[in-house]
Amino acid sequence: MKSNGNGLRLYAILYLAFLYAPIILLPLFAFNDGTIIAFPLKGFSTKWFEAMAEDGVLKGAVINSLIVGSCTAILSTTLALLAARASTRFEFKGKGGIMGLIMMPLILPEIVMAMAILVVILQVFGDVLGLPTIILGHTLICTPFAIAILSAAFQSLDKSLEEAAYDLGENKWSTFRLIILPLVLPGIISALLISFTISMDEFILANFLGGTEPTLPVYIYSQLRFPKAIPVIMAVATCLVAVSISLLIIAEYFRRRGVAKTGGKDSGGFL
Amino acid sequence: MTERSSWAQWARSSAASGYALIATPALYALLLLAAPLATVIYLSFMTDGPGVREVIHTFTTENYVLTWTDEIYRSIMSRSLFVSFMVTLTTVVLAFPVAYFVSFYVTPSKKSLWLFLITIPFWTSYLVRVFLWKVILGYNGVINSGLLSLGIIDQPITWINVNIGAIVVTLAHAYAPFAILPIFVSLEKIDRSLLEAGRDLGESAFMTFLRVTLPLAMPGVVGAVLIVFIPTVGDYVTPDIIGGGKLPLIANVIQKQMLAIDNMPLGSAVAVSAMLIVGTAAGLFVLANARYLRVKK
Amino acid sequence: MTTAKSTAAQNTAAQSTPAESQTAAAKPMIELKDVHKYYGDYHALRGISADIRPGEFFSLLGPSGCGKTTLLRTIAGFEDITSGVVMIDDKHMEDVPPNLRPTNMVFQSYAIFPHLTVEQNVAFGLRRDPRSSQDKQKAVEEALSMVGLKGYGKRAAHALSGGQRQRVALARALILKPKVLLLDEPLSALDKKMRENMQVELIKLQRQVGITFILVTHDQEEALVMSDRIAVMFEGEIAQLDDPETLYRLPKSRRVADFIGHMNFLPAKVVSDVKGQIDVEVQGLGRCHIDARQAPGGDTGAEASVGFRPETLTILYDGQSATDREAAGSIEEVVYYGDMTYYDVKLDGVDEPVRISMRNVPGRPVLDRGARTRVAWSPTALVLFR
Repeated sequence: MKSNGNGLRLYAILYLAFLYAPIILLPLFAFNDGTIIAFPLKGFSTKWFEAMAEDGVLKGAVINSLIVGSCTAILSTTLALLAARASTRFEFKGKGGIMGLIMMPLILPEIVMAMAILVVILQVFGDVLGLPTIILGHTLICTPFAIAILSAAFQSLDKSLEEAAYDLGENKWSTFRLIILPLVLPGIISALLISFTISMDEFILANFLGGTEPTLPVYIYSQLRFPKAIPVIMAVATCLVAVSISLLIIAEYFRRRGVAKTGGKDSGGFL
Repeated sequence: MTERSSWAQWARSSAASGYALIATPALYALLLLAAPLATVIYLSFMTDGPGVREVIHTFTTENYVLTWTDEIYRSIMSRSLFVSFMVTLTTVVLAFPVAYFVSFYVTPSKKSLWLFLITIPFWTSYLVRVFLWKVILGYNGVINSGLLSLGIIDQPITWINVNIGAIVVTLAHAYAPFAILPIFVSLEKIDRSLLEAGRDLGESAFMTFLRVTLPLAMPGVVGAVLIVFIPTVGDYVTPDIIGGGKLPLIANVIQKQMLAIDNMPLGSAVAVSAMLIVGTAAGLFVLANARYLRVKK
Repeated sequence: MTTAKSTAAQNTAAQSTPAESQTAAAKPMIELKDVHKYYGDYHALRGISADIRPGEFFSLLGPSGCGKTTLLRTIAGFEDITSGVVMIDDKHMEDVPPNLRPTNMVFQSYAIFPHLTVEQNVAFGLRRDPRSSQDKQKAVEEALSMVGLKGYGKRAAHALSGGQRQRVALARALILKPKVLLLDEPLSALDKKMRENMQVELIKLQRQVGITFILVTHDQEEALVMSDRIAVMFEGEIAQLDDPETLYRLPKSRRVADFIGHMNFLPAKVVSDVKGQIDVEVQGLGRCHIDARQAPGGDTGAEASVGFRPETLTILYDGQSATDREAAGSIEEVVYYGDMTYYDVKLDGVDEPVRISMRNVPGRPVLDRGARTRVAWSPTALVLFR
């Protein structure tokens, strides 16, 4: 089996290069002096980042994204806490079906969900599209991810820990506060960060449910047809990707710390 | 002899707590997912009204008739299915060796690091990545300008831009992690001693792979296929940006009907039809592999 | 084997052992009266009745699935009962939740809080205690010393070994001075050496602390070593409740006999049963009289058989003669253990061989397979099952 390990390794590395290639281009051209995204490079320049900082509409979009992201993170994580706790700790009839419904957004095409929600909102409430409707949509798709993370956190909790706490005199609330919460806290932080990141990067739902209020990806999309705006977009995207990756690394750090603290084994990600 | 009251017993029971907790998220999913989906199905049987977003609530099957018989829709649908099929095939086939590598050749302590590296690109903005591929594959894009300036070609290559191939590549890139993870999980579950037993009995490494590893990894492969195939059918951003609007896929049709053309019943019918076809294709695929999935360790 | 009979038999057994007659007079610490528990349709506890005495080391012994853990958890308060009475220290407990009961539990997985230190774990139950923090600190240190973990206070709980975790669990429970300590298979996760050490330590600890210990185990050796009394459970019922020696010498049913140690069975026929003397014909051994006390299970109408432990029969070497009765047979199998040799002997007239154990002392060579042998036995070693 060791014989072709190197061949596979090379393949895997090439594959990773393929995965990262587009992303590497971002900083490459964001700092490029030229206005066209093509080789050869024209020299180092930060002017696109400067232009980015001065764009008022862009600033508005960033703020919108931050608002939507934070609200989504909090809402999704809260819903996920309830669902993950229910599904890992209790048995009740119809659990499979209910969890299936809640997790379905993971495999549904986003456009179907976007359309469906849009249709209902327009028919029932009229044109009330804006940040709140985006938050509703994003929460729908972020909650399953948060549930996956929190379920793993709850699974690694020994049920006897709760019973031990009762046995030693605590009640349900104090047990939650003193035992359960500290042990799943890394999972909660991880879920918050993941939800925020997904929301920040999400385009389709934001586009359909945002009405006239753009989030950052929607703003980027609107600029794509203007060739002049492309380099600035590269700068914006570079920042966006840098922030996403940083948040992810932090989320992963917390997830691992959570696993280590309870003495559990690392299964390698949100599987 | 004290008989516990059955209500008191149930109220303290596992089920009651479970329901109490799940009520809120379930309600949310009901309101924001089930109800809208049900509305779409309902609308698909309704007639379009003349006004903006107006729907006449009379039952009709016309929308479906149109969707299934109209030449344009049929060709777009088959193109969409073809694209999804190609994407799924490429993605899963290319992903398998990577998953195999991480599962069998990477030391356990480094495995989660590899998985983390593989999934990072997935978490960055989908829109940005699609746009980047356009930039890479475009006529004046990165590949062409790079190759030109290096002197490898004289004229920009055209076969890499604005066509099905470009769309397939972009989507394969976007969904790669989705394919790698389920296959990896399946491979991890395989008892290594089974493979050693095979080798011990004289089989070559390749035969062991074919007869032991691959069948046992099938549940993961099936999962990967489903995770890639179903969402790609609903992708409209890629054909829009990469295809420049000249290669609409079924999702673009849905979007147009619902918004630009304002025929929600028709758009709904197309959406429901697309979901039905995709669901059936997926179901058939799972059934075909049922015997591999029935193996429980 | 009905519950009524076992209750009656319990009383006779209790009266017959002088050592316990003192504690028997005192009020029971735990009273269980006809406790039933259903999980849906599954009848997990079928009419359990028992009294557990203050200060005794009591074990619930049985194969997995017999209900012993369910019963323990019922006493702890983690399981509701469907009907019956549970009383601890003369107070009804049916409506009392676990955090208000005078019991504390050591869980099978130890349930040590991984995010706290050893100290914080042990002090956890004292959170609502009104004492000053100096007093609490002192109590924690005493508790740690008692379980042999002096100086471990500041260690992180998740970095401890299995044996250390168990001690922390013990300290954490005992610091609250409960009236009853419940232990759910506490030694099953330890390796053999550790287990044997802990058995002795638990006995010492119980004597030192003086409270009632209730232990759940599937290991009959463990129960025999540690307990003052054992309740043997099968399928949700108590088959026999006695001290270890009575259980071993006078089991009430073949099932109990078979579960505890090894028992040989021989078919038998009851010839007469008059005024406390039973006349039996035992296949392979002969006819003899046994006392009514050697039939503790009473008469259930089943096929009669007689049981005896491997060490109650003796192989006679050349020149030796039996002090009581003698039987003949041939040696089928010899298993040498170093300090003991086990002989499977096929007695004349019996199909199944019986196992006889002999200590390997000078003058007792290991015999050969197939050799003819004489076996010494005494009717007082027999237990009648019918």
